[in-house]
Amino acid sequence: MTVKTATQDGIPDGTDSSWVSECDYPGTLLERIHGWVITVDHKRLGIMYVLLALAYLLVGGVLAILIRAQLAVPNNHLISPQVFNRLFTLHGTTMIFLSAMPFIFGFANYLVPLMIGARDMAFPRLNAFGFWLTFFSGLLLYFSLIGGEGLSGAGTAPDVGWFAYSPLTSRAFSKGHSTDYWILGVMVGGFGSIATAINIVTTIITMRCPGMTLMKMPLLAWLYLVVGGMVLIAISPLTAAQIMLLLDRFLGAHFFDTQAGGSAVLWMHFFWIFGHPEVYILVLPAFAFASEIIPVFSRKAIFGYPVMVGATVAIGFVSLSVWAHHMFTVGLGPTANTFFTISTMFVAVPTGMKIFNWIATMWGGKLIFATPMLFSVGFLAQFLIAGLTGVMLAAAPFDWQLNNSYFVIAHFHYVIVGAIIFMIFAAIYYWFPKATGRMLNERLGKWHFYLFVIGFHLTFDTMHVPGILGMPRRIYTYEADRGWGTLNFICSVGALFQGAALVVFVFNIIRSLQKGAIAGSDPWNAWTLEWSTPSPPPSYNFATIPEVRSRRPLWDIKHPTDPDWNYE
Amino acid sequence: MIESPIILTFQRRASLATGGIVLLCSQVCCGAVRSDPFSPTNIFSPASPPAHAIANLAYFVLLITAAIFATVFGLIIYVVAKYRRRPNDDGKEPPQVYGSNAVETAWTVVPIIVVVVLSLVTARVIHQIQEVPKPPGAVDVQIIGHQFWWEIRYPKYGVVTANEIHVPVGSAAEPRPTFLELRSADVAHSFWVPRLAGKTNLIPNRVNTMWIEPERAGVYLGQCAEYCGTQHALMLIRVYADDPDAFDRWIKGQQQYAEPNAIGAAGRELFQANACINCHTVNGIGGAGRFGPDLTHLMSRATLGSGATENTQENLRAWIMQPDHFKPGVLMPAMNLSDSDLDNVVRYLLTLK
Repeated sequence: MTVKTATQDGIPDGTDSSWVSECDYPGTLLERIHGWVITVDHKRLGIMYVLLALAYLLVGGVLAILIRAQLAVPNNHLISPQVFNRLFTLHGTTMIFLSAMPFIFGFANYLVPLMIGARDMAFPRLNAFGFWLTFFSGLLLYFSLIGGEGLSGAGTAPDVGWFAYSPLTSRAFSKGHSTDYWILGVMVGGFGSIATAINIVTTIITMRCPGMTLMKMPLLAWLYLVVGGMVLIAISPLTAAQIMLLLDRFLGAHFFDTQAGGSAVLWMHFFWIFGHPEVYILVLPAFAFASEIIPVFSRKAIFGYPVMVGATVAIGFVSLSVWAHHMFTVGLGPTANTFFTISTMFVAVPTGMKIFNWIATMWGGKLIFATPMLFSVGFLAQFLIAGLTGVMLAAAPFDWQLNNSYFVIAHFHYVIVGAIIFMIFAAIYYWFPKATGRMLNERLGKWHFYLFVIGFHLTFDTMHVPGILGMPRRIYTYEADRGWGTLNFICSVGALFQGAALVVFVFNIIRSLQKGAIAGSDPWNAWTLEWSTPSPPPSYNFATIPEVRSRRPLWDIKHPTDPDWNYE
Repeated sequence: MIESPIILTFQRRASLATGGIVLLCSQVCCGAVRSDPFSPTNIFSPASPPAHAIANLAYFVLLITAAIFATVFGLIIYVVAKYRRRPNDDGKEPPQVYGSNAVETAWTVVPIIVVVVLSLVTARVIHQIQEVPKPPGAVDVQIIGHQFWWEIRYPKYGVVTANEIHVPVGSAAEPRPTFLELRSADVAHSFWVPRLAGKTNLIPNRVNTMWIEPERAGVYLGQCAEYCGTQHALMLIRVYADDPDAFDRWIKGQQQYAEPNAIGAAGRELFQANACINCHTVNGIGGAGRFGPDLTHLMSRATLGSGATENTQENLRAWIMQPDHFKPGVLMPAMNLSDSDLDNVVRYLLTLK
């Protein structure tokens, strides 16, 4: 076994403050900011992605609380329909493109090179380019608040919904420039995502350290390899569709302009051939974090590694052929409806295998309920429910009732918040010590977890019911006689709990950056390569490139008499 | 979900029997059929064959998913409770298990079987609802979605109305389904009356169809379910299920025009001389505007502005003066009529029964 930890090489680990100051060039504030702006270091870019995502998570969260305030009681006049429509459009676009995507790319950037024993991503400059495209895509979207009015004074922010169904986006129905900023924001962000995906795939394929065959990679690397491939396949049509829409709006093309013979259904296909794989693009990284965190806090190797790899690849393939389950009500006919019902239900098989494997990993272990593990267990239970409501929605006739109702809103928030955001929180608690050298506070972490769990379930468990009782999404008000009032009020109360949890979380980060316990290189007694290097890692990551013989190189070091390679 | 005609008939009888009593009590207070204590738009109180088929499929899917949930959630709880590290832990790592082909195969094969069963049952219901032959007695209704109201046409009867659809009640003995032909004049909309059927989109340059066959007379509520712009929220639908005689009477009534009379004469002239006539049709006085709802029988409808408010004299006056007040973002402009003109126009509209 030839893994060499940095400490063994005499390079001080994160506990040595002199090393930290040597690495962080102690210049003026301006110089330090400049250093971050021009950086091509995957770790700094990763941190900037995550900070960007956190900032937009807060912005999107405020938008969500405003939406919930308006819906808390029937016949509410707090927010006008015009403003409400902008709120949900910005909320959806922000959370998907400016929060969830930067989160997953941030973790990819930070973790992939460290976990495969590389010194950086394959294309560091492309990496920085991708980040800055994402950064400016957010500014473009939010600039619509200033520049969206256009000459007609038609409105300030996009109000076409996050999936922007044609022909609502055509010039006839969307005057001014708010929709243009939406298009530009999503398109520029799309280019950034494609750049980063190329980088992730290339890095994982070409830059693994000696000994790390594909089947010896940490599962996280496998999941990100599939994510990278899916981004290339799914984001490209979205970006193409945005260009077509721009042509429609500025050069009189008629792709989606129904008044000139264009096709509204074409846009739906373009959007959902992106939109559904997108869900898996976001949830596979959540699986990746779970596949790293659950074994460490169960003190056991992941159960069924080859099956997990196979299931991941299967999810990647199947998820590319399910998009029209978003279009069961479009009138595609019984044959198409049957096909997409079957393909969608089959996603449940590899996904179910993953859930079983995580449970089997915990089975017989010694579970340690630190904050990352708490969030992971929350993820397991909630993702199970999200998957089962997904099966309900996959049954096309059931979907004819539930489509575009609050049941769907509850379902996909269960996926995006209950699974993805939960695992992102878990990942932040787990890898924060690596990135900063300091632990996040456990006590505050538990407050964060329990407040968030309470808020999440108040809001999103309840939200299924108004959907069953006939409440469609995207309505700014509703009649009292529909029986939706109390339920919506409970949803809104839950949103406040979630908001409070986020405040605790941000406070925890700020406080722990200054006062957190010193982490050392391996605070969780973990097994993958990133824990063999100091916290925070030096810019070159590894003093000498490690060599591995198994999936858990640090296990092999810690248990020289019983290394993993005997069993794999 | 697996429904023979016999079961269907049985269900209808059962629901007629139970529903009848509830119907009597509830219709008094709100006018809508409220055989359901939770909501007049509950998908689990179906009142039409497609909605029944969906509800039955839903029960089946819920049963299976509940069983899966109980099993897997139980496993999670068990593992979390049983295998937490104890305070007196010896500090050793637990035995490392790397996998098991037998176990992996089991939890791959079992879900595949469940998925196959669910898919087949679902496929059957899809075809059961979407491939129904149209019986000779079927009623054809064209529904055209507009921002933010519904144009409703009965081509066989030459009747045009808006927002409130009248259809006959059908039964297994005397099937009289209504086939809806759905189109859009502008953006995408979606027709959803949960107790009668699932929703179907109205998409420009496309013709979709669906069918309903209410089992009991009454009002069934619904609304647009595809975001269509500013007033998506107040694009409500009312479906009146009439007994066959009542339906025929309603059609007859709609086929006649209100005779121009002295009470409305001044208002009618204003209606014709102002912009009203550009967007609204009133049969018998010329003009064929289709941008706004047909007003030939305005006063036969219960609501204004696609359900935005009740159709009363005061509301009608206030609506013409400032439609935005009831429905911010509505495409009808404020008409800026003088008080006396407004009175005259309202007086005229009140004659359109």
